[in-house]
Amino acid sequence: MPKITYIDFYNTEHTFEVKPGHSVMDGAVKNNVPGIDADCGGACSCATCQVYVDAAWQSRTGERNEMEQSMLEFADGVQSNSRLSCQITVTDELDGLVVRVAKKAPD
Amino acid sequence: MAALLRQLGHAGRITLIGDELVPPYQRPPLSKAWLKGEADSEFLSLKPLAFYVDGAIDFRPGVRAVRLERTARYVRLSDGTDMSYDILVLATGARAAALPVPGADLHGVLFLRTSADAEALKARLGRDKRLVVVGGGYIGLEVAASGRALGADVVVLEREARLLARVASETISNFFRRLHERHGAKFELGASVVGFAGEAGQVTGVKLADGRALACDVAVVGVGAHPNDELAAESGLETARGVVVDLQARTSDPRVFAIGDVAHRPMPIYGRMFRMESVPNALEQAKQAACTIAGRPAPVGEVPWQWSDQYDVKLQIAGYAFDVDEIIVRGDPESGKFAVFHLQGEHLQSVEAINSPPEFMMGRQLIGSRKAINRLKLANPAVSMRDVAL
Repeated sequence: MPKITYIDFYNTEHTFEVKPGHSVMDGAVKNNVPGIDADCGGACSCATCQVYVDAAWQSRTGERNEMEQSMLEFADGVQSNSRLSCQITVTDELDGLVVRVAKKAPD
Repeated sequence: MAALLRQLGHAGRITLIGDELVPPYQRPPLSKAWLKGEADSEFLSLKPLAFYVDGAIDFRPGVRAVRLERTARYVRLSDGTDMSYDILVLATGARAAALPVPGADLHGVLFLRTSADAEALKARLGRDKRLVVVGGGYIGLEVAASGRALGADVVVLEREARLLARVASETISNFFRRLHERHGAKFELGASVVGFAGEAGQVTGVKLADGRALACDVAVVGVGAHPNDELAAESGLETARGVVVDLQARTSDPRVFAIGDVAHRPMPIYGRMFRMESVPNALEQAKQAACTIAGRPAPVGEVPWQWSDQYDVKLQIAGYAFDVDEIIVRGDPESGKFAVFHLQGEHLQSVEAINSPPEFMMGRQLIGSRKAINRLKLANPAVSMRDVAL
């Protein structure tokens, strides 16, 4: 199974196996990664699962879709490598993917 | 809540008591992706079983909390045992309101609240099955959309003169009615259900007050919900159609918290208290309670929001339309992409956005910031949502 590495807002790395077909967000939520709130459960409705995709992986995770692009235009902390992790579907090709949680650590 | 406590470094023992047999799962997909067969049970569960083991969370399925003794600090469980506590969190949710009419107990007259309800409904839906939905609210409309996607014959009965009467503006109601009709669902508005007909214990039809009867293979009742606040009320906690809590999700007993659909909570931006039935609300209150228990300040209040997916339409709502004196529609409803803004004076109280994330995202920020709005700019879709504040 593909392994995905999440770097949380404390700079701690978490690596988990995530089932192909599930989203990068699913993997984070099921493994309790801090900072991926995923309020809407993956419906591309809330922008609380934003991640920064590691530069080496940007071509393989693909482009933002229209709804996602539209949500990200108005979300906080958006960078050129921002994605909503609910919109990245895990495939065998993404084995080794590294993403960083966009949300800032609480005070 | 248990997951957040572990994220915040809470090291104490956590016991999770639930009356359902399965571990906690996502409810929103039950009326949408899951019902249509687009999601499996692994997708549905909030956490894998390993999470409970690794996180040292003692999960007790299939037991109900039947009595709360706050002085002696224990909960009596349905298996006869008592569970003592230092801190108690009530996350008992709400239950579907029943329709008090003859035949409501027939097989095939269903609610949609739990995964067991959804299993029962899924087993009865399919091509050319006749589905009658009682109640034109969000649950009813989402079930109708999923039913149509599965090829069922769908009729929605609504008591009021329009759909979503209590929860959406008239523009949105009309839009959803046309959307569903285009997809082949039928509506009976102003329809009052007086009973269900059946044969050999199975539902065969729905009887209306005007004397008509609609034949069906399955009926879904979605006419609202009641908070499960009896445990709290019987123990003497303050309740008001829900357990009364503060902005830390604390009840009138400092050792007891209440979160989610069961809580009657303050909403400072509207200067009032109410009960909400939404996932974002439950998560926000879980954060308030978890931070308080972990000795941290509760996070800044959020603007409430919710969403609904029907066919290829995404509805996102931010805020509540309290004390509104003006409604502005931005965009053309016929285009399938528009937003309805509710204003009080110069301030935005609420936005209902159809396939319009910028209107939703920016609207939500403007509701929270209380910035004054330029009405002409807001009404003009050519002006960016970034520029509508004065």
